[in-house]
Amino acid sequence: MRDVAVVGFAQRQMKDFDGSPSMAELLVPILAECYEQTGWAKKDIGFWCSGSSDYLAGRSFSFVSAIDAIGVLPPVNESHVEMDAAWALYEAWLKIQTGEVDTALVFGFGKASAGVLRRTLTLQLDPYTMTPLWPDTVSLAALQARLGLDAGLWDEAALAEVVNRSLTDAEKNEYAVRAGGSSVGELLARPMFADPLRKHDCAPVTDGAAAIVLAAGDRAYDANQRPAWITGIAHSSDGLHLGTRDLTISGSAERAAAAVGGTAGVQVAELHAPFSHQELVLRSALGLADDVAVSPSGGALAANPMFSAGAIRIGEAAKRIWDGSADKVLGHATSGPALQQNLVCVMEGRN
Amino acid sequence: MTVAFDYTRSTGPVIGRFLTGLRDATIVGGRLADGRVAVPPPEFDPVSHQAVTEFVELPDTGTVTSWTWVSEPVAGQPFERPFAWALITVDGAGTPWLHAVDVASPDDIETGMRVRARWSEERTGSVNDLVFEPDTGDRAVAQTPAAGDDVSRIVTPVGLDYHYAASPEESSFFRGLAEGRILGQRCPKCRKVYVPPRGACPTDGVPTAEEVELSQVGTVTTFCIVNVPFLGQKIKPPYVSAYVLLDGADIALQHLILDIPAEEVRMGMRVEAVWKPREEWGTSIENISHFAPADEPDADFDSYKHHL
Amino acid sequence: MGKTPAAVVGIGQTHHRAKREDVSMAGLCREAMDRALDDAGLTFDEIDAIVIGKAPDLFEGVMMPELYLAEALGAAGKPLLRVHTAGSVGGSTAIVASSLVQAGVHKRVLTVAFEKQSESNAMWALSVPVPFVMPVHAGAGGYFAPHVRSYIRRSEAPSHIGAIVAAKDRNNALKNPYAHLHNEGTTVESVLASQMLWDPIHYDETCPSSDGACAMVIAAEDVAKTYEAPAWIHGTVMRSEPTSAAERDQVNPQAGREAAAALWKATGITDPAREIDCAEIYVPFAWFEPMWLENLGFAAEGSGWKLTEAGETALDGGLPVNMSGGVLSSNPIGASGMLRFAEAALQVRGRAGEHQVDGARRALGHAYGGGSQFFSMWVVGSQPPTN
Repeated sequence: MRDVAVVGFAQRQMKDFDGSPSMAELLVPILAECYEQTGWAKKDIGFWCSGSSDYLAGRSFSFVSAIDAIGVLPPVNESHVEMDAAWALYEAWLKIQTGEVDTALVFGFGKASAGVLRRTLTLQLDPYTMTPLWPDTVSLAALQARLGLDAGLWDEAALAEVVNRSLTDAEKNEYAVRAGGSSVGELLARPMFADPLRKHDCAPVTDGAAAIVLAAGDRAYDANQRPAWITGIAHSSDGLHLGTRDLTISGSAERAAAAVGGTAGVQVAELHAPFSHQELVLRSALGLADDVAVSPSGGALAANPMFSAGAIRIGEAAKRIWDGSADKVLGHATSGPALQQNLVCVMEGRN
Repeated sequence: MTVAFDYTRSTGPVIGRFLTGLRDATIVGGRLADGRVAVPPPEFDPVSHQAVTEFVELPDTGTVTSWTWVSEPVAGQPFERPFAWALITVDGAGTPWLHAVDVASPDDIETGMRVRARWSEERTGSVNDLVFEPDTGDRAVAQTPAAGDDVSRIVTPVGLDYHYAASPEESSFFRGLAEGRILGQRCPKCRKVYVPPRGACPTDGVPTAEEVELSQVGTVTTFCIVNVPFLGQKIKPPYVSAYVLLDGADIALQHLILDIPAEEVRMGMRVEAVWKPREEWGTSIENISHFAPADEPDADFDSYKHHL
Repeated sequence: MGKTPAAVVGIGQTHHRAKREDVSMAGLCREAMDRALDDAGLTFDEIDAIVIGKAPDLFEGVMMPELYLAEALGAAGKPLLRVHTAGSVGGSTAIVASSLVQAGVHKRVLTVAFEKQSESNAMWALSVPVPFVMPVHAGAGGYFAPHVRSYIRRSEAPSHIGAIVAAKDRNNALKNPYAHLHNEGTTVESVLASQMLWDPIHYDETCPSSDGACAMVIAAEDVAKTYEAPAWIHGTVMRSEPTSAAERDQVNPQAGREAAAALWKATGITDPAREIDCAEIYVPFAWFEPMWLENLGFAAEGSGWKLTEAGETALDGGLPVNMSGGVLSSNPIGASGMLRFAEAALQVRGRAGEHQVDGARRALGHAYGGGSQFFSMWVVGSQPPTN
């Protein structure tokens, strides 16, 4: 395998983006920031890959005008996944591994506020036996949360602790759309939204976009003094149907972690857990040690832009390598209802 | 803006069997390779990957294995008032089924509670043919199976509402249209004039900036004659859909050509904008009713051949 | 570090039809996937990863349908990727699946692309209105017809070239049992006599709307070598450009030209018209055959139609094109690109049945999408790549 590193990362997250669903105008400054960080220009990028969703935007081919933000004449080597940009990053990493290119820029974007998100996401369910009832994804997460409560795997206080830590950490994140810790007691006193979940247990609806730059070998040092070397990246999927998988564990996250050789030595883990109890499921599935700092950015409970939040976890984790505050970090992304798909990206600094 | 369509779904044999069962007020499960009965039956066994072929008729009673309370229902759900979703393990099944339970408050439901189906009078072969309710023991009236062929297709309406917003560059274009003007913008790098303006110049990836008011006269670069009607079409065929390169612009705009027989429209023809009556104006390209022939000789092919 | 050579060792496709009312989406995909696995002599348990491609989710009204399909398609418990690059997606999906093997990550990857167009209405799904675009276009035909007119004007091609292509592809389809259209007796005259839909495009010069799927098993060199007739992947390429840009050439797009040039370079081909034995090219409207012949470098600009007119692209010509009947005979949009890639592979494996080109050793698979702006292509060969 070639040595590939994360060398650039830019993001925007906000409650309500006032602009077009293709978000080209939001991507322009994000790409500019990546160029500034790396000292590169468009011509230095060998491969481009984006992640987004037509249904989020409400129109077919929503990703098509987004590539205008790159400036695509002369044409570029480019691809797109209908997934979070973390999987676009995976595709780009593959492309670099084939030896065809040495550098890549991946991006994701999504304007969740264009529709009613928890209704839009209903269209991810089984179209014959589930979608006609319009179950919303918050409810599905709540069913998952109760299974764990009933089984004694967690209690409401444990969920509140996750929230309190996230929102406290989020105070230092300029992109958080929800921030401000309080106390477990105060959080538990708030009303239920989707019993047993309260609103703060659920990620806020967020608009946003993000971009990550990858580079192989010496090109990485060209762009970044302390690149975040990807020492393991893998993903896996479970089935969607709630009846045939155990919702209190995450088999796909476990398999992804196993495929990267485990998580021993990880100091910081940015987890993409859109619901508080899912962080607990992931901690256990990924086998994270008790002293691992989880989601110091505030995580998805502070901001969760669809189709870029997973990539943002990788970018946030990489930043801890760049600034020297950690030597081994993990970025995680999820997709689909109740943690159906999971991706793990382990990165290390070299001293 | 609403994106809505009634999708016609062919169910295949397994889902068809399940939905036919619901139409007949019967819950049908499928036997998995590991011996468990799954409701709804999966089309293919998740472990053996073989098609599921053994069906089991189950009672319409079961047990709640997880639940949540919908405090703010959204459109399309079984109830417009707050209600419960539950994972229900139907008696005899080995996997839970997601469905709605009709109870008045979250205090009226708990894990382990017994529930039973409450069937609709008019059933079509859909998961909406029933909801669950607490099983109080007194058995409801038995349902008679509906007559008819097995269910093999269903119609599922999918309707979502979106709020459409424009980029700042597009907004300037709309403001111009509201004043009867066609406004383009120049890319600061390549100096090309775009209409409508762009949040990102597709060549340079930077927003177009300097405003340029364009002529209302231009050249038809190329076109087609639309003879075919289609769903959602706003203009009655036949009509000419053309690319019009307005004088002063570097990119053609797509619009309608009228006031001339379709067969007389030609590449290079000079045309000018015809606006709708002012009182019908909004902030859309449709403020311009169409383009009509301008009283000018045709443009040379060489003058627009790089715009094809 | 070189890439791991990879080859296609299993191919399956559905019987494409206007409406496959006998199957669900899962059943449609499984028909193609099971045939591909059968062809490769493998089971789902031996597959390392699944890559799915399809065009816009609005066609079926399911957001990211691979999520709900995961179990039925044998992807639960495995890595699952979903690609969407507009009409080129079938090709791009095959390329992503190839890269999983070429990168050395997996040994056996199953890829599938599908579309069940009968669930909705393609023209509706493609024409959701936005306020700054005048609603004058009418689906894909209305979009592409003006560019066909530009081609005719620029190349000074005679007006019956499109009809030659349509008659050829429809007759080729008669030799392909999977093809959607089996229109006996299609001639240049009958095509020209069909209704003018989007002038200058006649009804018979347009692709149908189909339900269908295509699947392939792509394996690493050591696995592929155990097969009798693998289709070795010699080179892949993807290029994109904007939908609309000042002075963008919409007839002979730069992205297609550059993609082809890069592909020929990567595969060591200097004279594609001579060195490629046959080609499956994405031709949804008949006139795109001569347009892409030029774009791909098989003919000089302005002269692609001369190859078509001379019968060079016929099944018995010097450069047979769309031996399977092409997109003009079967168009499950998301799968259409993968069908081109798979049909090229069938040819070099010598397994194309009645539409086999004798002695085909190197073939091109090509797909494009969006407003002639996304291109994906591969060259496959009967022998392992030497580069």
